[in-house]
Amino acid sequence: MANATITTGATGAPTRPKYGSMSRDRRWALRWSYFFLVLFAIFFLMPPIYMLITSLKTSAEISAATNPWWISNPTLQNYIDLLSQNQFLVFFRNSAIVSICVVILTMTISVIAAFALARMKFWGSATLATGVFLTYLIPETLLFIPLFKMFAWVNEVFGVQLMNHWWTMIILYPTLTVPFATWIMIGYFASIPKELDEAALIDGATWMQTLTKIFIPVALPGIIAATIFTFTVAWAQFLYPLAFTTSTSELVLPVGIVTTLIKGDVFNWGQIMTGALLGAAPPLIIYAFLMDYYIAGLTAGATKG
Amino acid sequence: MAQVTLRKVVKKYDEVLAVRGIDLDITDKEFIVLVGPSGCGKSTTLRMIAGLEEISGGDIAIGGDVVNDVPPKDRDIAMVFQNYALYPHMNVYENMSFGLKLKKTPKDEIDRRVKQAAQILDITELLDRKPKQLSGGQRQRVAMGRAIVRDPKVFLFDEPLSNLDAKLRVQMRTEIKKVHQKVRTTTVYVTHDQVEAMTLADRVVVMNGGLIEQVGSPNDLYHSPATKFVAGFIGSPAMNFIPCQLEQAAGALRVRLNDKLSFPVPADRTTRYTAHVGKANLLLGLRPEHITETRPHSEPNQHDFDMTIDVVEPMGMETLVYFTINGVEICGRVNPNAGAAAAKSMKLRADLSNMHLIDDSTGKVL
Repeated sequence: MANATITTGATGAPTRPKYGSMSRDRRWALRWSYFFLVLFAIFFLMPPIYMLITSLKTSAEISAATNPWWISNPTLQNYIDLLSQNQFLVFFRNSAIVSICVVILTMTISVIAAFALARMKFWGSATLATGVFLTYLIPETLLFIPLFKMFAWVNEVFGVQLMNHWWTMIILYPTLTVPFATWIMIGYFASIPKELDEAALIDGATWMQTLTKIFIPVALPGIIAATIFTFTVAWAQFLYPLAFTTSTSELVLPVGIVTTLIKGDVFNWGQIMTGALLGAAPPLIIYAFLMDYYIAGLTAGATKG
Repeated sequence: MAQVTLRKVVKKYDEVLAVRGIDLDITDKEFIVLVGPSGCGKSTTLRMIAGLEEISGGDIAIGGDVVNDVPPKDRDIAMVFQNYALYPHMNVYENMSFGLKLKKTPKDEIDRRVKQAAQILDITELLDRKPKQLSGGQRQRVAMGRAIVRDPKVFLFDEPLSNLDAKLRVQMRTEIKKVHQKVRTTTVYVTHDQVEAMTLADRVVVMNGGLIEQVGSPNDLYHSPATKFVAGFIGSPAMNFIPCQLEQAAGALRVRLNDKLSFPVPADRTTRYTAHVGKANLLLGLRPEHITETRPHSEPNQHDFDMTIDVVEPMGMETLVYFTINGVEICGRVNPNAGAAAAKSMKLRADLSNMHLIDDSTGKVL
């Protein structure tokens, strides 16, 4: 019976239908994957490698017309100079305190906000959730002039000078990080089955207990993903500190490197590259440790938990 | 005492009426099953009893107290969900003790209750496993365990077996019945599966379109359905509905199916049916087991007729035969050895003592 549908050739033997073989398809897909992955890896790794090479050269060798990819006289002088300068350590400290405070502030606000928006159905919650995302779409370049005005107003009315203080960044950065972190967490909380909070509700948990005892532990990968994102944004933020801080002691790392190592039209390339590499290290280390969680967080909800 | 009372309970979603004013009295220790097709309002009713949905009108009372505005945790109920809703980051012991911990129950008391419930459900050796290390049936037991340890006034089950495979479902069905016999807690159980409803319930509530069609013991619903919907919903294969006419000839009533086929109405129903002689839209309701192969001895009200069989479905212990009267497909249950064969004529026997006469325009069983 089953043979009836197979067409037979002249010899009577069944002919093999001309479909692509699955293993051959896979082999080709893999070749293309490797090709593009290697291409992208080279493309994206080129700048940091160039930075590393440049950071190991003397200023004389950098300005000499030699092969830029080759180091004739490797030296650690740039690292020694930079790390023995007090101001570089101040930038580093400012950046670290700002970033850690921003992460704590952002995660506290956005986890609670996301829980309310995702779970406690109240009038206007859907509109508010969209509103949160819309605020993320406003570029910071549009915001810093109104912020100047607001700072001036605060100084006038309350007599508090917000300009030129590194701690002002702790209030400023969350305007960028809270909307996005909230948005990630709304998505993550929404993927937790509704029955879970209903079960907690019946078990006698309050909303706050449902959040702390059920949602936060279950959504931990999402929280870690949002934390990494927030840290990266806070650590790498450039525009706000550039606009709002001027004194050397108040600068954060990205602005500090650029403003102190470029004197007029003299670029101290070796130290700039060294500073940039050292500055990129903390996010890199955090990613390396939390990578598994980060990926789990980004793909959560794809399968039934 | 934990009776549950529903009085004119209404649930409105925007302008859609999900539950249209139902009255129901559930007595203490009773096992009630709400059954009906999807969208009939059974789950909504259960969730209103749980306090997970606000009620739009009417009153719900648990143990004599109206609980309309009481939050779920203060209603002293426990609920088992369709997808179990176990806390994934807690082990079985923590899952079961979570509610008691929140209530600040002493540690040794929690321990005693969890171990006792685990023993009832035979999950003692699973207590330190995480939910993802458990099979579907084991998760179901843990979900029940979480309900039992709370020792609530009322158990609420929301389609708890529909995620399990067929074999496990039958096994867990028995398990639930056993547990109820042990703990004797008032139980409200929602399912769309009429077999589950029949096997578990003290009383079954058949719902349709946001209203209660009929409340009764499984046998009541099966043998004396009040409406066409209940008659068709309870029982598998479903009851046959054959368009018919009621005629009076020589002082006796007959149901006439077509020119060739008519049966005398059983004598004890004559008075009840006389008023409907000549009415349009009448249906003869006859369950498949009341259409059998012919047998040597006949009881009163059993009548033989010849029919050409369209389809034969052997089930092992019986064989289902399908044939057509008035364009309607009719199902009968015959002995596997009766020699039923497709496209062949067969002598069948209708047992009219179990007939139902239905007015199709009102949907009522007459």
